[in-house]
Amino acid sequence: MSKIEIKNLDLYYDDLQALKNVNMSIAANRITAFIGPSGCGKSTLIKTLNRMNDLIPGCHITGSVTLDGEDIYGKDLDVNLLRKRVGMVFQKPNPFPMTIYDNIAYGPRTHGVHRKAMLDEIVEKSLQDAAIWGELKDRLLKSALGLSGGQQQRLCIARALAVQPEVLLMDEPTSALDPISTAKIEELALQLKEHYTLVMVTHNMQQALRVSDTTAFFLLGEVVEYSDTEKLFSMPVDKRTEDYITGRFG
Amino acid sequence: MKSARAAGTPILRPGGSRLLNTLRANLLHWKRHPFSALIRLACFLSTCITVFALLDVVADILIKGLPNLKPSLFSLTYTTDNQSLLPSLINTFIITALSLIVAVPLGVGGAIYLSEYAKRNSLLVRAVRLTAETLAGIPSIIYGLFGMMFFVISLNMGLSILAGALTLSLMVLPVILRTTEEALLSVPDGYREGSYSLGAGKLRTVWRIVLPPASPGILAGVVLSIGRIVGETAALLFTAGTLARLPSSLLSSGRTLSVHMYVLAGEGLHIGEAYATAAVLLVFVMLMNGLSGLISRRIIKE
Ligand SMILES: Nc1ncnc2c1ncn2[C@@H]1O[C@H](COP(=O)(O)OP(=O)(O)OP(=O)(O)O)[C@@H](O)[C@H]1O
Ligand SMILES: [Mg+2]
Repeated sequence: MSKIEIKNLDLYYDDLQALKNVNMSIAANRITAFIGPSGCGKSTLIKTLNRMNDLIPGCHITGSVTLDGEDIYGKDLDVNLLRKRVGMVFQKPNPFPMTIYDNIAYGPRTHGVHRKAMLDEIVEKSLQDAAIWGELKDRLLKSALGLSGGQQQRLCIARALAVQPEVLLMDEPTSALDPISTAKIEELALQLKEHYTLVMVTHNMQQALRVSDTTAFFLLGEVVEYSDTEKLFSMPVDKRTEDYITGRFG
Repeated sequence: MKSARAAGTPILRPGGSRLLNTLRANLLHWKRHPFSALIRLACFLSTCITVFALLDVVADILIKGLPNLKPSLFSLTYTTDNQSLLPSLINTFIITALSLIVAVPLGVGGAIYLSEYAKRNSLLVRAVRLTAETLAGIPSIIYGLFGMMFFVISLNMGLSILAGALTLSLMVLPVILRTTEEALLSVPDGYREGSYSLGAGKLRTVWRIVLPPASPGILAGVVLSIGRIVGETAALLFTAGTLARLPSSLLSSGRTLSVHMYVLAGEGLHIGEAYATAAVLLVFVMLMNGLSGLISRRIIKE
């Protein structure tokens, strides 16, 4: 079943058209990977899914994006509620300068959870789901800035999970991390897809191949090819896809 | 590493004292890099001169001021006999507090608007920034003249604590605005994005995510402002006047410690008392600095 439906999406930064007629349906409980060369619009597209583009002055779109059939650019839509449903993990780990506990509790508190017992439970559950509870359970009241990069990124995943999203967007979540942390996050992604819909931008084709179910290949703001990951990597239909995945591109 | 060292003569002799060994190592380093040694020496001398000059001023004020601190200097009423500084000290507190009450909310609020709400680097933001920078560089006497024309005469406040405080709040407003804006802009955008992506609104993001890490910087601007208010004389002479009495209301004239010193020293009859006042002022400023340092360390820890 498709969770997100993108139809005829054009996106402009002022006059620059960054996305051209994107059509895509993203399946629930699957990992969808976006690949493509730098500047082709992967981050731009992933940010339209939780409307983080609203923060960029001069950015406007035409076309439609629906989440469970509801237009997320509709007039009555509450953006904050949308972002609660569609969580995001950024390329550079960005824990808040506060304790590990408060980092996780920030989201639930934002949405009105204030009971201590409840928060305790959410913090533990989120950290467990992000496979980092064991490492952090004894230092919950220490600053999150003291963690390693890989731990920080998993903390950010836990922070996103704490508001119980339905979709988790990850924009190159491992590009700033070492191989071991990367492996942990990939493993985590595979576990998370049982409960969440994941969309992941990656520059690493091996990674797309390892973790994703479907892959979209972008070029200059267009989706060139979008299909099952295995099919896209073994029998690409488009010549440009083939050039890119075999490294003959550019 | 090992082989390179073994080829030359050992710099550190195991038997020698630590001081001698350090000296020897330094001398060798200097012989090899004379320019770097020169720079190092120049920097060291600059530090010495700075510290020495500061200590000299502080020592001078304390040595000449402390012996002149008499109980009569702290009597509630000023007379030409006792030269009491207590009314001026109290006026200093009142004027500082009043100026900050006006300038801090305006400055911090304005800076929050500029950095969080207005479009980044828009014409408005740049215009306000340029204006604030220009205003921050204007000599205080000009604020004094303006304050006299506007608050004292046009608004009919007379020479009063209120007119003085309002003038000083205008004077420090650009300082607070700019330091706060800098502090807010130095908060990484990643924090803001993280907050929005969790479904937090603008207000919550600014209040819970942006302001806390910026607060030491904001506080630094406030401390700078306090320093300027406490040290101000020119702007106050025309606006708050020089009456050395406890104010009966905000509309009565009153002098601050600096003005008090200025008057005492200008009359030339009470240099000792002027020094004593300077000592009190110095201690006041040091206490303020210490306090704000303490607060910002508390904030950072949290
Ligand atoms: N805030 C912005 N303002 C103006 N143009 C932008 C902005 N962000 C991105 N662009 C432009 O939009 C196009 C797509 O950028 P985007 O960041 O989506 O690429 P990307 O595929 O994520 O690249 P990378 O792999 O380097 O992250 C680029 O040409 C870029 O210059
Ligand atoms: Mg990108």
